[in-house]
Amino acid sequence: MRILALDSSGLTASTAVVEWEGSETVTVAEYTVNYKKTHSQTLLPMLDEIVRMTELDLEELDGIAVAAGPGSFTGLRIGSATAKGLGLALGKPLIHIPTLEGLAYNLWGTDRVICPILDARRGQVYTGIYEFRGGELTVLEDQTAVSIEELGEKLKSLGRPVIFLGDGVPVHRQALKERIMAGCDIIFAPANMNRQRAASVGSLAIQYYQKGKTETAAEHKPDYLRASQAERERAERERREQEGNKE
Amino acid sequence: MDEKKDVLILAVESSCDETAAAVVKNGREVLSNIISSQIALHTLYGGVVPEIASRKHIEKINQVIETALAEAGVTLIDIDAVGVTYGPGLVGALLVGVAEAKAIAYAAKKPLIGVHHIEGHIAANYIEHKELEPPFLCLVVSGGHTHLVRVEDYGRFKILGRTRDDAAGEAFDKVARAIGLGYPGGPKIDKVSKEGDPDAVLFPRAHVGDSPYDFSFSGVKSAVLNYINGCRMKGEEWNQADVAASFQKAVTDVLVENAMHAVREYGAEKFAIAGGVAANSALRGAMKEACEKQGIDFYYPSPVYCTDNAAMIGAAAYYEYLSGTRHGWDLNAVPNLKLGER
Repeated sequence: MRILALDSSGLTASTAVVEWEGSETVTVAEYTVNYKKTHSQTLLPMLDEIVRMTELDLEELDGIAVAAGPGSFTGLRIGSATAKGLGLALGKPLIHIPTLEGLAYNLWGTDRVICPILDARRGQVYTGIYEFRGGELTVLEDQTAVSIEELGEKLKSLGRPVIFLGDGVPVHRQALKERIMAGCDIIFAPANMNRQRAASVGSLAIQYYQKGKTETAAEHKPDYLRASQAERERAERERREQEGNKE
Repeated sequence: MDEKKDVLILAVESSCDETAAAVVKNGREVLSNIISSQIALHTLYGGVVPEIASRKHIEKINQVIETALAEAGVTLIDIDAVGVTYGPGLVGALLVGVAEAKAIAYAAKKPLIGVHHIEGHIAANYIEHKELEPPFLCLVVSGGHTHLVRVEDYGRFKILGRTRDDAAGEAFDKVARAIGLGYPGGPKIDKVSKEGDPDAVLFPRAHVGDSPYDFSFSGVKSAVLNYINGCRMKGEEWNQADVAASFQKAVTDVLVENAMHAVREYGAEKFAIAGGVAANSALRGAMKEACEKQGIDFYYPSPVYCTDNAAMIGAAAYYEYLSGTRHGWDLNAVPNLKLGER
């Protein structure tokens, strides 16, 4: 089984081809760039590069995996639209990988609780809490948008060693170490595994595929975990109006 | 002689609030033209909300493209090239169409052609007027654009004039909101104006001193707002239909006047209108009359090809295809793309 994987949910753009060879999963190619060019300019040329490099016939793919949120709204849509276009043209299914699960999979095998954090602005992080149980990634807290303080409380209540990763780390590292989780056993993942990597998305996607967790290219859409600003403001206005009516 | 092979273009358009796809044969024959409009959704907010537009695009785009292929009775194998709007427009909205079209072209091993949205609007005229060929003059009027353009050849344009402030369609939207008609303003003002007197109120016709072909619509918009406020302060009644019709006439007069000035200066024999506001019945009527008076041919697309659609992108892409335009897999959305730029 052969999966093409994409992740453009954050600042890093990453593409990979991952294969299941009957006994083990192999990364055939991975191309990851964390540079200032926009994903719109980089993602498809990167994909083209690994396809040519590995003489891959796209028709031989079994599915296309994409890190489908949360993340940068625009970044997610570039990844999703690319995956949807490929899926449409090739007639292949898509595999929707939650961004934070993909990130957590970078740290396969750790005994620690895994906590990926992405900067969600507005004083929040996109985060989830994961652990490996018998080699399987297990979700302890589903991915969501919360304040870093609220996340800290949740992690402290678990009372276990934690490893953090993700592009929210540079923003919150100091606060986590010195204030929010002061005195707790916490560490931060190193550079080779602390950002989105399509090989992780693809490896996880092979498990999803084997469990039948696929979707059609037409039905796929990103999972933003947050309504648009206009929708939030409108909901707020309606809530206030309703309260006003009650008085 | 060999029989010339037909060229089929799959076109995608997502620059604003319509998710659209079409299959066009030889630039002039529309085999399918699918549009998923978001107007009802944006009406809740009184205008297009970019983030909501982008989210809707990604939900609908595959369905729209698949329907366009199915209605045309073709598959991607039959397609010669994929055309897509890459600017101008809302960047987040454009990116959905661009990323999708690139991936389809890449996977189907077809050439990719990025199309300028305004070039598409102009090319909408080719669809129903098989005899129309450059050179001609074209007035492009929509919610985002007001351009007076000399179409010198396929894909070759000279901009004679443009708006200095609001686009014509933007002025329609703002005035419609002010007089209580709501969004979208163009069709609503057009409709209610039929009941009103276009000479009831004299609103200013703005001329831009140093350029005879440029436009300005913020003055007439302010004049309407001032007029309504004046009536309110004096406790006087004002008639919605009269104000709408008088505003519409003020805008139309300037568009016609500048356009006919250019027609005379450039000795044009053909004149066309394009863009969402080209669906306005008063503008079509006034332009038709002016062109007849001038003794030149007048062209305008059916309303479905005036508002945003992908068939017009397919028509423009066809001529780009013939002239050898090909874009790479690094094609990006360019929200402020200039006409005639590559």
